[in-house]
Amino acid sequence: MNQPETLTMAQALTRALRDAMAEDESVVMFGEDVGPLGGVFRITDGLTAEFGDARCFDTPLAEAGIVGVAVGMAMNGMRPVVEMQFDAFAYPAFEQVVSHVAKMRNRTRGQVALPIVIRIPYAGGIGGVEHHSDSSEAYFAHTPGLHVVTPSTVADAYGLLRQAITSADPVIFFEPKKLYWSKEQAALGAGVPPIGTAAIRRDGTDATLIAYGPTVPLALEAADVAAQEGRSLQVVDLRSLVPFDDQTVCDAVRSTGRAVVVAEASGFASVSSEIVARVTDRCFHYLAAPIRRVTGFDIPYPPPKLERFHLPDVDRVLDAVDDLQWEDS
Amino acid sequence: MDHLVMTSDPRRLLPSDAPVRLISPEGEPVPHETYRLPSGEALLAAYAAMTTARRVNDQASALVRQGRLAVYPSSHGQEACQVAAAQVLTDDDWLFPTYRDVAAMVARGLDPVEALVLLQGDWHCGHNPYERKVAPQTTPLATQLPHAVGVAHAARLKGEPTVVMALCGDGATSEGDFHEALNFAAVFQTPVVFFVQNNRYAISVPLARQTAAPSLAHKGVGYGIPGEQVDGNDLAALLAVLGTAVERARGGAGPQLVEAHTYRVQAHTNADDPTRYRDEAEVGAWVARDPLRRLGTFLENRALLTAEQAAALDKDADDVAAAMRAGLSKDAEPDPARLFAHVYQTPTPQLAEQAALVADEISRMVDG
Ligand SMILES: Cc1ncc(C[n+]2csc(CCOP(=O)(O)OP(=O)(O)O)c2C)c(N)n1
Ligand SMILES: [Mg+2]
Repeated sequence: MNQPETLTMAQALTRALRDAMAEDESVVMFGEDVGPLGGVFRITDGLTAEFGDARCFDTPLAEAGIVGVAVGMAMNGMRPVVEMQFDAFAYPAFEQVVSHVAKMRNRTRGQVALPIVIRIPYAGGIGGVEHHSDSSEAYFAHTPGLHVVTPSTVADAYGLLRQAITSADPVIFFEPKKLYWSKEQAALGAGVPPIGTAAIRRDGTDATLIAYGPTVPLALEAADVAAQEGRSLQVVDLRSLVPFDDQTVCDAVRSTGRAVVVAEASGFASVSSEIVARVTDRCFHYLAAPIRRVTGFDIPYPPPKLERFHLPDVDRVLDAVDDLQWEDS
Repeated sequence: MDHLVMTSDPRRLLPSDAPVRLISPEGEPVPHETYRLPSGEALLAAYAAMTTARRVNDQASALVRQGRLAVYPSSHGQEACQVAAAQVLTDDDWLFPTYRDVAAMVARGLDPVEALVLLQGDWHCGHNPYERKVAPQTTPLATQLPHAVGVAHAARLKGEPTVVMALCGDGATSEGDFHEALNFAAVFQTPVVFFVQNNRYAISVPLARQTAAPSLAHKGVGYGIPGEQVDGNDLAALLAVLGTAVERARGGAGPQLVEAHTYRVQAHTNADDPTRYRDEAEVGAWVARDPLRRLGTFLENRALLTAEQAAALDKDADDVAAAMRAGLSKDAEPDPARLFAHVYQTPTPQLAEQAALVADEISRMVDG
């Protein structure tokens, strides 16, 4: 574990890539504009200069090709990390992800593992024009064979990415764009809880807010406001959508008896609906009220001027908490 | 700005005007200015493998009719392509086959019973891809081509002399992954031979609905990849053309594109009805160009293949077919628990729960 320092999530991700590449020669990074430019979000800043064009390189504009080539490189002993430039621009690679990245281990009875990390900057809140703000995690979380993770803290950005790169299974690594520039004091190290574990970010006794990625800071903010109003909210950060940490989430909900799931993605057929189903199945007798959700609407992601109407905010979260049947009526 | 590829002479990328042919359909040698006839020894070895390939195809089709295989996309009539694709490789090279390339996998040394596991309807590919460097057969069209590029690119970064043979059909050249793979390979000069077996059909759809290009081999020009076209029923020409392509790739000349003109003599699979989209006369014309008979005639005329040798090869092929019948006739009950074992290196807690549920169901079935 290193000394605590203050840095942004973007810097922590860069550091994770750098340290992984320095530690293991088989780690290679490629994608669109990730070379001398350092990526449109500068996450690969300095990697080509330090490790050379063979280790961090620009490719033709071809997302299926990028992921497909990563499959072959992983088959031949490499640990590719690829960057999809934006959430919606990962869709051309979807067939490669679903039919090959996710299935290769299974269809070779474990003989061909694909240690690939697909980094996807995702979600909204940065005033992006269309196709630049999608929350596409459900498509991937629905696909057996993939791990799907998303950090909400600087320490997790570093630690989860390091773990993703050493994972024997492919990892879809969702980076919340609007948290790239969030600064925190953190001691970077791989010693964060492993992929597959959720974290309690705030203790509370009255209700549990379940969030992941970009909605974790929102949930914490809502819990702050609720505390001023005399309500004690617990906040769970999922960190890993697949594997899903039923244990931590269910223990948390049982301890408070009430829960609200907060996610940016459209609610229909989503990760948030899965969470409600799982927790209800397992904790029904502990629940004092049906679990509520605060999610994006079931609409294409709106333009910058309207995105605040779409995204979950503190008021909507607190309204949902208020709806958790605090008194029998 | 330097546009090296574009300023270099594009004519060097063009295929021959006519498909390269070294042996005529009648079994006579055809002189060629660039390519040489392989040695008699090489041709005899190729003929032996083609005899087996034909038997593998026909035995597999018979096993479908007997309900022992779920489906078999036969390469009957394309065996020269299948054998050449395998025989021009060294042990360190890789082969990326499609669903139609079981015979090529067998020619590379795989046990036919293992090579047919997927087509038996099982959930896994049957063989260990690292053993013979044969990728699992790929069904989503052209998606294996970027994988081939990745294997080759990794080999180059590691300084290994590997060449990758990537197979696909004529229809698959219309897929985006074909384009992306060729473009990647060209940009990074990866040692891949893209080998297109143009058998004239993609299920029912004829070549004219796939492309307006002069030939599929001409597509290489757009990427900066040399293309070549070859008579796909002439094993001698295939060995010469593919062998040259592999050695060029190994020597650092980058990717190569080879189109073989051949024909899917039988139905797409057993589930297909080709009478709905083509007539018998067309098929008959291609049957007359059968690759096995062509090379056999050539070898016999030159006393490179005696009647005894031919009989011995038939006997070997009989043995392969008998082993296929035996291996694929076992009614091994698949174990449902295995379905959960390899989704991840370690099953997630959710998968462990689901596996336990199925195990419990099974134990109760046994008890009751
Ligand atoms: C992406 C995709 N689309 C459709 C199919 C269904 N399909 C299987 S084989 C085939 C025809 C392919 O033709 P071609 O590439 O010429 O190969 P051939 O079968 O003739 O060897 C089709 C359409 C598929 N396997 N994958
Ligand atoms: Mg075809």
